[in-house]
Amino acid sequence: MIVTFYLNDVQVSYLVKPGEYLAETLRNHGVKSVKVGCNESSCGSCTLLIEGKPMMSCSVLTASIEGKHITTVEGIQEEAAKISRFFSNEGADQCGFCNTGFALTIYSLKRELKNPTDEEIKDYIVGNLCRCSGLYSHLKAIKAYLKEE
Amino acid sequence: MIIDKKKMKVVNNKTPSVDGKGLMQGRSYYTDDIAAQDSLVIKILRSPHAFARIKSIDVSEAQKLNGVALVLTYKDVPHVSFSRAGQGYPEPSPHDKFILDEYVRYVGDEVAMVAAIDQETAEDALKLIKVEYEVFEPVLDFEKAFENKSVIHPEDGICEMFPIGFDPKKNVAASYEMEVGNVEEELKKSDVIVDETFYTQAQAHAMLETHSSNARLDEHNRLVIYSSTQTPFHMRRILATTLGIPVSQIRVIKPRVGGGFGGKQASHGEFFCALTTLRTGKPSKCVYTREEVFESSYTRHPMKIRMKIGAMKDGRINAIDCRSLSDTGAYGEHALTVFMIVGSKVLPLYNKVDAVRFGGQVVYTNHVSAGAYRGYGAIQGNYALEATIDILSEKLGMDPKVVREMNSMREKETSPIFEIMGEGTKGTAMIMESCKLPYCIKRGAELIDWKNNYPRKVINDHKVRGYGMAIAMQGSGIPFMDMGSASIKLNDGGSYMVTVGATDIGQGSDTIISQIVAEELETTVDKIIIYSSDTDLTPFDCGAYASSTTYVSGNAAWKAAQKMKKRLIKEAAVFLECKEENVEFDGKTFTFGDKSVSLNDISIKMLYNKNLQQVSVTESYYGHVSPPPFMAAYAEVEVDLETGEYEILNYVTVTDCGTTINPMLAKGQVEGGVVQGLGMACFEDVRYDNKGKMISNNFLNYHIPTQKEIHKLTSEFADSYEPTGPFGAKSVGEIGIDTPPAVICNAIYNATGVRIHSLPITPEKILRGLKELKK
Repeated sequence: MIVTFYLNDVQVSYLVKPGEYLAETLRNHGVKSVKVGCNESSCGSCTLLIEGKPMMSCSVLTASIEGKHITTVEGIQEEAAKISRFFSNEGADQCGFCNTGFALTIYSLKRELKNPTDEEIKDYIVGNLCRCSGLYSHLKAIKAYLKEE
Repeated sequence: MIIDKKKMKVVNNKTPSVDGKGLMQGRSYYTDDIAAQDSLVIKILRSPHAFARIKSIDVSEAQKLNGVALVLTYKDVPHVSFSRAGQGYPEPSPHDKFILDEYVRYVGDEVAMVAAIDQETAEDALKLIKVEYEVFEPVLDFEKAFENKSVIHPEDGICEMFPIGFDPKKNVAASYEMEVGNVEEELKKSDVIVDETFYTQAQAHAMLETHSSNARLDEHNRLVIYSSTQTPFHMRRILATTLGIPVSQIRVIKPRVGGGFGGKQASHGEFFCALTTLRTGKPSKCVYTREEVFESSYTRHPMKIRMKIGAMKDGRINAIDCRSLSDTGAYGEHALTVFMIVGSKVLPLYNKVDAVRFGGQVVYTNHVSAGAYRGYGAIQGNYALEATIDILSEKLGMDPKVVREMNSMREKETSPIFEIMGEGTKGTAMIMESCKLPYCIKRGAELIDWKNNYPRKVINDHKVRGYGMAIAMQGSGIPFMDMGSASIKLNDGGSYMVTVGATDIGQGSDTIISQIVAEELETTVDKIIIYSSDTDLTPFDCGAYASSTTYVSGNAAWKAAQKMKKRLIKEAAVFLECKEENVEFDGKTFTFGDKSVSLNDISIKMLYNKNLQQVSVTESYYGHVSPPPFMAAYAEVEVDLETGEYEILNYVTVTDCGTTINPMLAKGQVEGGVVQGLGMACFEDVRYDNKGKMISNNFLNYHIPTQKEIHKLTSEFADSYEPTGPFGAKSVGEIGIDTPPAVICNAIYNATGVRIHSLPITPEKILRGLKELKK
C-alpha cells in the first residue's frame, strides 16, 4: 500500500507492507537517525514526533499516519545542536544511541510544559532509557537548557 | 615526568566530546545504519531446550522457500573449537564453543542459521526447519554443577590454551587457588572472626544498541565486516583462525557503538555474516532482537562468595579468606579471569593483612553464557568484602569508616597479590605511585555528613534513613599484555590526522585521545581529526576492555604526539636553517632567533615545494603496571519500615583516577557506572523458569534504572597524578560500578538492622528481615 505523509514538512509517499511499523519504514527509506533499541515501545530510542507529540515509532503502524506530520531529528537540527551542548556540559552524552530520541522528547517537553518541576521533567523523559549515563546529568542538562530558553 | 595540571590547556579542561553534537543531530554511523541496502537478512533458529542433542535436522523445506539464500546447520560449518570471549592470544578462556554444534546448552543457543532476502522470509524459513532433539536433564543450580551426572561439555575437540583448571568432565570451566602467608594460623590468632556468605545474581548489559554486524566483499573480494564490537582486532584474528582464512583477507570496521559494557567484547553474529557473505558473495547483516540480547548473548557471572575475616581488638585486620563459586553458564568465556578479579582487584584494598587466601571454581550450567561485564568480578567481590567489613566493624564496636582508614591501601604501598594474580596467569608487582584513597574516604564522609548522620536518622514512625559506605579499586589495563598504538599524520594546513585502534564504544575515547594529542602538540581539539578502529587503516589496539583505553591507548597517543613534536622541530630546522635544538615551537610557529615559520606554511611546503615528504609517526604502548583507580562511596537511603521499599536520596562518590583527561566524560563514566551498579544492587535480576527459559527477556520484565529511581548523585574527584599515565591519568571506566551493592547493603542494615546476603536487595527481602527481627 502507499502511505502519504509529511516528513519534516516535505510530503512523501512510500510503498509499505500493511503490517509495517513507522521506524522500519523510515529506516528503509534512509532515515537512519531513527534508532531501534527494543522494537516493543519500551526503550524510547525510536521516538519521533507525530503531529508534534513524541511517539515510539517502532510501534506505530505506518498505515496509520496517512496525512500526518512527522518530525525526526533532521527537522530540529538547531535545537539538537543546542541540546547537545548542555548534554556535553553535564557529562550526559556517551554512546549517543538514545540521543536522537532524547532530543525530540526534550524539544517537545520544552514546548509542552511551562516551568516544569523536576518531577514533571522526570515523568516526561522516563520513557527514554539510557544505559550509559548516570541519568542525573540528563536532568541537570535539561534544566539548564530550559532555563536558557 | 610530572606535568603541572595548571599549565594544561586542553587536558583536564572542559572539552565537548568530538562526536556529541553530530550524534545528537542524528548522523548515522552505527553498524546497522551503514549495512548495504541489499543485505541478506540473517536469522538464527534457537534452542527451546536448556540441554539437548540434535538427533536430526531437516532444512530442505526452508531451503526451498523463495528468497532463502543460505541455510546452515552444524553439518555445514567448520568444526573448530574457539572462544567468543574477544581476548588476547592465547586466550585464558577455554575453547569450548563451535560456530554451530550438535549440542545445545541453554534455551536460546544456536541451532541453525538462515539468510534470506528479507526478515519476513528468514523468519518464515526458520519455522520450516524440522529438528528432533534428544533432551537431557539440565544443570540449572550452579551449586549442584560440580561433578553433576549431566556433563554439559561431553564433546571432543575442546581445550584450554594453557592451564586454567579446565575440567569439563566435572563441569568445571576453570579453577584457581592462591595463598599468601598462613591464613589458618592468622585466623587462630585473631580476636574477632566474621564468616559471611553472599550471593550475587546475573545482570544483563542492556546496552541500547543491540548486537549488530554486517558483511560484504570489497572489489578485491576481501571480506569486510562492520561490527558493533569492543575488540575489532581480536575479532579479525578469531574469525580468521576459526573460518580458516588468512587475516589478510578480512577487514573489521567498528563504526559508532551504542554501548558495550563488556557485552560487545565478544563476537555475536559476526561468524554468520562472514559465512553468508563468503558463501553467497552477497552482503549480509545480522541484528539481534532485544530478546536475543537478553536470552542469547551474555550476562554477568552469578557467584557465591564466602568471606572470612580475622581482626585484632584494636581493629587491625590480619587475615582474609575468600572462597568463591562462579557460574559461567553454557560456555566458559572469561570464566577464569572474571573469577580471579574477585580476588585480585578487591582483596588488595586491605593490604596490611598477614595472610590472604583466595580460591574456588567456575562451573558450567545450562544458563545463558556469562561473559565480560563492566566491573568484571570486582563488583561481586566488593559486595562480599565491603559488607563483611561492616559486619566486622560492628563486632569490633568500631565505626566502619575508621576500620577502613586503618587497614586500607595508601600511597607508596603495595600488596603481594599484584605479583601473584594476573590475567589468568602470574601478575605484576607494583607500588601505588598514586593513591588518594584516604582523601576519598575523608571527603566522601564530609559530603554525606557521616559524623552526624551515621548510622541512621529517624524521620518518622515508619521512615528511617540509613547511611552506608564502601571503598573500591580497579586496574588500568593488563600489564605486558594489553597494547595500544597510534599514528599521527600532518595535514596541509597544520591539522593532524590521528588514527588509533582504540575502540570508542561511547565512553569517549576518541575525545580524550584527541585531547591528549592536542595538549602535547600545543594545539586545539578542532585541529585533530580522529579515526578509530578499522583493522585495515588504523594501527593495532587490544580494544576497549579491562579499563585500558585512557591508560594504554592514551599513553600510545601521547607517545606518538611527543614523537610528532620532535619530528616537526626536526623538519622546521630545515626551513629555519638551524640546528634542531635551537628551534622553539609554540604549537603554531617555529622560531629561531628572529626567524620564524608557521606550522601552516611548512605543512603545505612539505607537500608541494620544499623538503618534500609526508610527515607521519606511529607509536605503541603497553603497561608495565596497572595503576588502580580508587573510590570511596557513601549513600543516604530512606527506608519505609512498613513496606521495605527504599529510595536512594543521594549517592556520593569521591574518585582517584589520576588526572581527569576530560572532567565531564570522567564524571559520566563514574555516574554511569554507579547507576548500573545501583541497578544490580537494587532490582536488576536475570531470572529463569524451572526449565531454564529466561523470563526477564525484555525491558518490561528486566527493569534498568530510570529517572524515577535516581534522585541525586554527588561526584567529586581527588587531586591525583599517576606518574606512569598520560598527563597523570588512570582508568575510570569500571571503578564506578563496584561500590553500590555493598554501599546499599550497608545503608539498609544501618537503617533497619536487616543484613541482606543476596542481590538484588529488594523490598521483599527487607520486609522479611524486618519480620524476623520482630520475632
